[in-house]
Amino acid sequence: MPQKYNIHTKAALPRFYPVGKYATIEFREDCAGSCKACVKKKCVYDIFKDNYLHMSKMEEPEYLYTCNSCFRCIQECTKGIFSRVVNPEYREIGDDYWTPDVLGRTWYQAHTGSVPVSGAGYRGPFVGKGFDSMWTDMSEIVRPTRDGIHGREYINTCIELSRRPERLAFNTDGSLATDVRPILEVPLPILFQQPDFGLLSKNVRLSMLNAAQDIGTKLFMPAADVGEDLLSYGPTIIPLVTKKNYHHYPKLLTLVDMVEIEWEPGIETVLSDLKAMNETLCISVGVKLSADLDYAGICVDLSKTDIDTLHVYANAKGRAFESDHPRFIKDMLRDIHLALIDAATRQQINILASGGISMAEHVNKSIICGADGVVIDLPLLIAMECRLCDRCKKGLPCPVAFETLDAAYGCNRITNLMGAWRNQMLEMLGAMGLREARRLRGEVGRSMWFEDLERENFAPIFGERNVSIDVG
Amino acid sequence: MSPKKNPLPETRETPSRFRNTIGKYIIKRNSNCISCGKCADLCSYGVHIKPEGHASPFRPIEHKCIGFDCKKTDHYCIEHCPEDALTLKENPLLDTMGDYRWPPEMLLGHFALAETGAAPHVNLEYNLGNSGGGFDMMRFVQPDPGLALDISDEDMDTSIDLNKTGDGRPRKTISIPCYGGGMSYGSTALSVIVGRARAAKRMNSLTCTGEGGYPPEFLPYKAHVITQVATGLFGVREETIQQCPVMEFKYAQGAKPGLGGHLLGEKVTEAVAKMRETVVGSSLFSPFPFHSVYSVEDHKKHVDWMKEINHNVLCSIKVSTPTDVDMVAVGAYYAGAHIIHIDGSYGGTGAAPDIAKKNIAMPIEYAIPKVHRFLVEEGARDKICLIASGGIRNGLDIAKAIALGADGCVIGTADLVAVECVRCGNCESGRGCARGIATTDPELGCMIDEAYVEQRLVNMYMAWRKQWCDILRSYGLKSIRELRGRSDLLVHLDYLDQEERNRYQPAPSSKMVL
Repeated sequence: MPQKYNIHTKAALPRFYPVGKYATIEFREDCAGSCKACVKKKCVYDIFKDNYLHMSKMEEPEYLYTCNSCFRCIQECTKGIFSRVVNPEYREIGDDYWTPDVLGRTWYQAHTGSVPVSGAGYRGPFVGKGFDSMWTDMSEIVRPTRDGIHGREYINTCIELSRRPERLAFNTDGSLATDVRPILEVPLPILFQQPDFGLLSKNVRLSMLNAAQDIGTKLFMPAADVGEDLLSYGPTIIPLVTKKNYHHYPKLLTLVDMVEIEWEPGIETVLSDLKAMNETLCISVGVKLSADLDYAGICVDLSKTDIDTLHVYANAKGRAFESDHPRFIKDMLRDIHLALIDAATRQQINILASGGISMAEHVNKSIICGADGVVIDLPLLIAMECRLCDRCKKGLPCPVAFETLDAAYGCNRITNLMGAWRNQMLEMLGAMGLREARRLRGEVGRSMWFEDLERENFAPIFGERNVSIDVG
Repeated sequence: MSPKKNPLPETRETPSRFRNTIGKYIIKRNSNCISCGKCADLCSYGVHIKPEGHASPFRPIEHKCIGFDCKKTDHYCIEHCPEDALTLKENPLLDTMGDYRWPPEMLLGHFALAETGAAPHVNLEYNLGNSGGGFDMMRFVQPDPGLALDISDEDMDTSIDLNKTGDGRPRKTISIPCYGGGMSYGSTALSVIVGRARAAKRMNSLTCTGEGGYPPEFLPYKAHVITQVATGLFGVREETIQQCPVMEFKYAQGAKPGLGGHLLGEKVTEAVAKMRETVVGSSLFSPFPFHSVYSVEDHKKHVDWMKEINHNVLCSIKVSTPTDVDMVAVGAYYAGAHIIHIDGSYGGTGAAPDIAKKNIAMPIEYAIPKVHRFLVEEGARDKICLIASGGIRNGLDIAKAIALGADGCVIGTADLVAVECVRCGNCESGRGCARGIATTDPELGCMIDEAYVEQRLVNMYMAWRKQWCDILRSYGLKSIRELRGRSDLLVHLDYLDQEERNRYQPAPSSKMVL
């Protein structure tokens, strides 16, 4: 029996004090001074242990990454001198999609390798846009759940990247008549992509490559960035080429087992050339989800050629390019998946989805919408403490000094993040009663969508909805 | 005068455990103060206190201050202070408190309900959250004034029956349409769970052991304690089944649908380990599902087993809210359950992976009408008690849940908020709750006493009861049982046209920093 797949995590403390959500305020003029009951010394979480004297030393105000908001210091100080505000810097990091909360949780997972756990129930909005407008199902009594998270039942998260034959044919003697190509699979439905910004120093690339290699996944990166020193990573790399430049990399293409060529009209004509350079090479075609394109039609046409995988790209927020009202990737994935089903080619090829995958739940939700797996880029940077501050884009120094990053440390952080994400995938798959990530593909029956729930449960009571449902 | 039909437990002022309370406003007294005591003379809310013989007034009790609304009165301390020593402003601390489901004013409002047993005199929105959907978008329709009844709260009936099957077992009536959700010995301080049991006894309601066994401290209140049998079977013994009025099989829970209970190692103290028959310091992850139940027949076997051990016990089946929750409910009914308890995905008090809270299973607002309707169609609605929980936060949510079709509700989070939980969510980490509620730490676990918990809960529920009575009276209803399934009394703001919507209180919609 093959060894069960597992991602081994190991705590990796942050190199820089992460941006905390809260900042304390002290009205020191009211402090009794040298109070024996000082609440800072009594903090249950000991968050002031290094700096409870910072005020007397005239240091910066403290931004409390580790503050757990128990309010005891505020409520117990004998003079009531404490208050607290949301750290203004916390409000500034990220954007409306990559929120400070997403960043904070990603840092936590990269630090600890643990699944974020908290008490007191859910605390967010009732429903949101995009992935936040769907819920996944769980099983009860007659469709039992799977006890995957603690290893009591094994849940397989592997996916294939190679093409599958439509059907098998057999010779009269029972031997296989179909030419079955080697199966290319990854043990995790998450692949990496080199981000298109940031201080992509050698060590940053090595961090991503080593992590991908350690956990058995792959990294998409421009073929031009694969120097001689990285050739040893071979199959861990999926080089990105174009119709114009693919022939510049004959050596590289013999060392890898998959290549991605950017879609452009007429791309079909070079597929045979690629196969000629390496006959076992799997081919992915990268299709940008642009509102100007009939992307579902393009994907159907491509699925009838000799490619293995379709890699569809939305922007960083999961939206279509070139549109004033861009659709979200979950809806675009549904279109493509269903178009391929109609064309009877869905079973032969694989779909990978890029863009807007910021949390572990997005992996399973993308798969439910029709992807086989997802590709992530920004979470890799965030795992290595990136604050998405965009300073690097302006030529300013990186606040977390990416240029000094140690490759082993970066690898550790990314591995931790993936370990935590995989465990969360297992939680959801187990709750749905599934033992295979592949079984989840297109399984909308294991999900609940806001618009359906409103129509089925509220419409009989409240009638017709007057505020349009805008969760796309 | 005829005696009141429903004598109510006494509410009593039960102040905060903490020296500095949190108010909607902050009011500061600066060094210009000459301690004349005028503010104390003026303030009718008890914000300013200067006891006889004291040289200077106490620090203002900020949570009692009604803020700028006081300007309209003749006792606005800020303007009357001869030395201009007082300043008033909105408390910026509220920005760091609460969340979309429990905004800061809902927390402060419930602190006030639990302190006084009455609606807060400060203008706090404690009935509506900021979530933008579900209960927060529902309102009770404006009643026809001609329907209003003129009867006292004591003459109103807020009781519900838990056994409607007519199977010869006790009918079991509880005096309020809600009871306490399971919080285990181990997850929550002993004084808190025993305090809940004491409150349940006073209010003629119930509380539940949760998954952690039956501590002997529950015995004086055993007629009001539900024994829960969950997948870990921790502390389940024959006698704990024999002594309970209701027994609850927990198939799933809304806090983490599809996952077993979590008790992290730090909380497994010697006493907890002994109760659960496990090892000190070892994390306890309950299996999921019940490995003895893979079919409706297996499920019936569970119910039969329960009934056989205790011939007077009522059986409750606690499930979460999957797509087919209606089928599960009907299955529970046909297996002989008295109560079907559906636990929605947005609730829960205990430690749960964040991914499960937000993403798995449907919110309770959808599940209640779905199950209610299906039970009606099956002709089973009047033979089973439908209890809803998971994201039911306050008295008005309970009334809305009943109007949607539930008989009653189970409450967890609000009980903890009543004893001053601020929902920081760190119930599971390190030594547990820093506020002494969800912890078994030898020091933190002793921060609360049972009497305080008991009285704060009685206060909060009696304040809720006043709200229910007001709603019922306004529609000409005398009993909360008449409200069940009256979804015609509810509107959802998103389903109204603009003109109609303007007649109702708008939904809070401020953006929060999570």
